[in-house]
Amino acid sequence: MTNHDVAVLGVGMHEWGKWGRPFVTYGVAAARAALADAGVEWSDVGFIAGGETVRNGYGGFVAGSTFAQALGWNGARVATCYAACASGSAALEAARTRILAGLCDVALVVGADTTPKGFLAPTSGERWDDPDWLRFRLVGATNPTYFGLYARRRMDRFGATSADFAQVKVKNARHGLHNPNARYRKEVTAEEIAASPVVADPLHLLDICATSDGGAAIVVSSMDYARRIGQANPVRIRAISTVTPSYPNTVLDLPLLSTDAAGVVPVPALSYRASIAAAAYEESGLGPEDMSLAEVYDLSTALELDWYEDIGLCGEGEAEKLLADGATTIGGRVPVNTSGGLASFGEAVPAQALAQVCEITWQLRGAAGPRQVEGASAGITANQGLFGHGSSVLLTK
Amino acid sequence: MSTAAVPMIEGWFTTGDQPALLGRRCLVCGTTAFPPTLRSCPNPGCSSDDLEEVALSRRGRIWSYTDARYQPPPPYVPSTDPYEPFAIAAVELAEERLVVLGQVAAGYGLDDLKVGGSAELVVETLEVRDGIERLIWRWRPVTETQEVAQ
Repeated sequence: MTNHDVAVLGVGMHEWGKWGRPFVTYGVAAARAALADAGVEWSDVGFIAGGETVRNGYGGFVAGSTFAQALGWNGARVATCYAACASGSAALEAARTRILAGLCDVALVVGADTTPKGFLAPTSGERWDDPDWLRFRLVGATNPTYFGLYARRRMDRFGATSADFAQVKVKNARHGLHNPNARYRKEVTAEEIAASPVVADPLHLLDICATSDGGAAIVVSSMDYARRIGQANPVRIRAISTVTPSYPNTVLDLPLLSTDAAGVVPVPALSYRASIAAAAYEESGLGPEDMSLAEVYDLSTALELDWYEDIGLCGEGEAEKLLADGATTIGGRVPVNTSGGLASFGEAVPAQALAQVCEITWQLRGAAGPRQVEGASAGITANQGLFGHGSSVLLTK
Repeated sequence: MSTAAVPMIEGWFTTGDQPALLGRRCLVCGTTAFPPTLRSCPNPGCSSDDLEEVALSRRGRIWSYTDARYQPPPPYVPSTDPYEPFAIAAVELAEERLVVLGQVAAGYGLDDLKVGGSAELVVETLEVRDGIERLIWRWRPVTETQEVAQ
């Protein structure tokens, strides 16, 4: 079997928060941290890929070159990738494939965002052909609307309760307590969650992730290059999945007002979310049982439970039990969101998929400090965003 | 003041006593889709661009539901001041088996909804602008007793 590994030479982040500064400042800080961590000079980087940020005008639409110019033009090849919440992984995949094709030794991948207050809203103007605009105009459907729909299904199908959902937040807040890059570093109690206002029934404000500013960056290279610069045993990327849905997609996904029809073409065995991780497992030759930890996209507390099932940690309807048994808490069988997850970070869209990879990398190096998973040898990330985008990155020691 | 009534968006649904969503059906493979802005058959095994307009099932099962406790940002336009929360349902159409999102009909709330319950399409006023009622599709929960009575 051909070896498709690439080396993670360096990772870096700008801490998450809410300052409203230009996103480039966060991206450059993260990039410099990743380059320093890698021991690689910016002048040696042959390819730079940026996760696109869509709410920040011209600079955000051309993120790759914006970061390249801010670091100082060095002649590197460039790409800018939009894949909603998976933008960072799409940029990472562009870097990986260029390295594996032998066209580049070392690449820098950067994602950064600065977000407005409150609900994420669509681009302004009269946009009658834009599904992201229409869902607000015709129905008033925000992102939490969809999170509420998914949460309600867990309740009515599996008997999940608001108390179950709250325990996800309690766990993730505890995990994020000692993460210097997390925006929220404070324990949260089930009572506080229950007392926070309902935003989209059954979800309370503290069940739903905030929107944040932040930046993350990764330096990747060929395994040969890693050896040449003295990194004999780097963390390696074994697989990146950026699959689109398979028709018919019968789960209502953001930002759409409807699903595909199940009437004519048979529904695929795996839902879209499950197919994202399945492709990463298949590409790596590893399975859920090999994972020491996972970083999944907890846009809401209830959604983290969906992910347990979608990445194969347990069967359908068993996620509440897995959580209650402590399996996904640090110290358990397969800790989930050791970083503190979106619950502790808030979402900085083009940076978030890369932040997940940063966390797994630190864990596999044994460098995660108080939140370290003992003996971590393999980890997987998973996320899903608008317009049929999602990603999963699988890493091993 | 006399008011005219027009659909909020042209060509997506019919009005009248028995309103229905309008979809597109592929003349080659029979696949149905909504919304009707589709230009090509969404079935990956079919390359047809030959789609006909079709009225979709008016009934379905509630796939899930939620509500909007806080006023959504523009381009949502609140119909009341102060803002009043409303329920939202996603309903799987009986025949086509595709799920369509919509607000829940006026006068109905979370207590009237359950996953797997029945719902029926209605058309109601979303907003009044320049003296013109703008109509939208909504989902009205149907209780089992009502179903039996019909």
